[in-house]
Amino acid sequence: MFSQEIELRGHIIDSLILPKVLDEILSHGGNFKIRKIQIGQERTDPSHARLEVSGPSPEVVDDLVRRLRQHGAEPVKEAEAQLAEAPADGVFPQDFYVTTNQQTFVHTHGKWIEVKPTIMDSGIAVDETKLEATAVKFYSVRKGMKCVVGHHGVRVMPLQRATDRPSVFEFMASNVSSEKPKTAVIREIAEEIRRAKEQGGKILVVAGPAVVHTGAGEHLEKLIRCGYVQRLFAGNALAAHDIEQALFGTSLGVYLKHGALADEGHENHMRAINAIRAAGGIAPAVEKGVLSSGIMYQCVKNHVEFVLAGSIRDDGPLPDVITDAIEAQKAMRAKVEGLSIALMMGTMLHSIAVGNLLPAAVKTICVDISPAVVTKLTDRGSFQAIGLVTDIEPFLRELVGFLMPHGS
Amino acid sequence: MRRILLCSPDYYGIEYEINPWMSRSHAADRPLAVKQWQRLSDVIEKLGCKVELVAPQPGLPDMVFTANAGLVVGSRFIRSNFRHPERQGETSHFERWFADHSFEIVRLPKELLFEGEGDALFCGDVLFCGYRFRSDIQSHQWLGDVLRCLVISVELVDSRFYHLDTCFCPLGEGRALWFPDGFRDYGQDNLRDHILDLIEVVVDEALRFACNAVVIERDVLISEGCPKLGAALTQRGYRIHELPMTEFIKAGGSCKCLSLLVPQR
Repeated sequence: MFSQEIELRGHIIDSLILPKVLDEILSHGGNFKIRKIQIGQERTDPSHARLEVSGPSPEVVDDLVRRLRQHGAEPVKEAEAQLAEAPADGVFPQDFYVTTNQQTFVHTHGKWIEVKPTIMDSGIAVDETKLEATAVKFYSVRKGMKCVVGHHGVRVMPLQRATDRPSVFEFMASNVSSEKPKTAVIREIAEEIRRAKEQGGKILVVAGPAVVHTGAGEHLEKLIRCGYVQRLFAGNALAAHDIEQALFGTSLGVYLKHGALADEGHENHMRAINAIRAAGGIAPAVEKGVLSSGIMYQCVKNHVEFVLAGSIRDDGPLPDVITDAIEAQKAMRAKVEGLSIALMMGTMLHSIAVGNLLPAAVKTICVDISPAVVTKLTDRGSFQAIGLVTDIEPFLRELVGFLMPHGS
Repeated sequence: MRRILLCSPDYYGIEYEINPWMSRSHAADRPLAVKQWQRLSDVIEKLGCKVELVAPQPGLPDMVFTANAGLVVGSRFIRSNFRHPERQGETSHFERWFADHSFEIVRLPKELLFEGEGDALFCGDVLFCGYRFRSDIQSHQWLGDVLRCLVISVELVDSRFYHLDTCFCPLGEGRALWFPDGFRDYGQDNLRDHILDLIEVVVDEALRFACNAVVIERDVLISEGCPKLGAALTQRGYRIHELPMTEFIKAGGSCKCLSLLVPQR
């Protein structure tokens, strides 16, 4: 939505100018919010109203404002965004504007321009010749780059709630509780995922090794096989334990089938990593027939793009793991475009990292056994995030049951 | 004694086209115009008013329409800011006359367009103001602040009735003439809300400038050929003075446009 604030002054109540203006807005495809209204006390006192006029495009809003000016409406002068030069590479100017995960516009040279991409915890660099505004991270800042400082001339567009149908994301809000009626919620989540798939939206899974430890891997594999996953973000551990399970039937040395410890089982994940390193990576291992089952195998077979980000405690790591944190962030950022749903399961660090990259418009589902993790993940100031406190395995089993009722 | 400012039509003519009535190919007959104007002046005097005269100026044919010079309230002359450059030259002559006659000159900010009594008429203590074709509504807000009175702004929607005084004429507290089609929904509601007895003028008579009347107590001066309005007014106890106005209607004006109340209130 695009908007412009206008002001009306005078005997706008007695003259019916205010209702007339409101009528005019609605009958020409716009909408309004009364920001402020002050009604004259005496008959001869003027009244004053400040309205935000909004419409689906800047043209509609401009046209409306032109019409309303005839009836005395004056556009409120918009402040221009203040710009300051970055003092050094990697350093923002003082008091730089920090972005949120909501769509943001910057007012410069008399125009509102959209900041791209929509990403939180960035600064805004403005190219005054091209009239472009870009959300930039520290490492992209170059000395002399013009960055937005202060809050003038910056507008954040809050997400509009759907008016046609109530969504699970709205009735659940972001309250986290283990006491929620999970089956109903999981059915709704399945519905959202199905709808997203039908509409061509991409679905991201962010998963921790608990998916494998709890024996939920096979459910995730099904989701991948049936085209419900287009991206996978994880760490070394998920892939290492999935491959261990594929090659040895264990996860951290424990047989998933019967829960018994394997002899010398603690070595298994190291041997699994070694096998993939020897093959030259996960995809080559699939190609060479070294890896022939599991989540990572399904990703390769079904062309799911994955990003594995490393951490300080990783064993190996697998050759596919990006160990430079900034490079890993960049790789993930390159793959968040076009996402409709992010399903985050059993990993606090990867989920928070990805959450920071996502625009607020991406619907986010966070599932974890620990209420504190779910709270952290859902508390992103967006009504588009819901959390479920549950073990991953029953959650995924039920989700798959709703999405593929007859098994596949 | 009520004073009314007139300007003799020595230089009157259709020299440009700034409203749908004006056509240079449909010229005014100046000797006939002089006769019609003289008659108006005589009737006004006969009704006990003092006719004041501002000197006509060559090259300013519309100066004869003094109602557009400004709005006079008490001893203040609120000078018009004409929309069309063709009429902007009149301003200084009117201003000089009012200054010479000891009026306080009040100037609107120059960006606010306002065409005087043509678009600003008191009915009781409420000032009704028309906007869109000539005056801007922003000038109404300013008038409300300066005059400390309730200003009701009404949008004019038919370019043939480009000033408020061509489709609306107060007769006194709670009563007025109007041509409803000169307004749209909200404007009509506004007038209905504030004026109890609205006497409707039919389209044929509105096009003969029936609403462009001069009201002097119970005497009403209107253009010839408005029998329905005449009857409605007679029935309410008014005396009608029908005047030939053909030469001025060619420029989009009639009795009221030719006269400015000094003061209106």
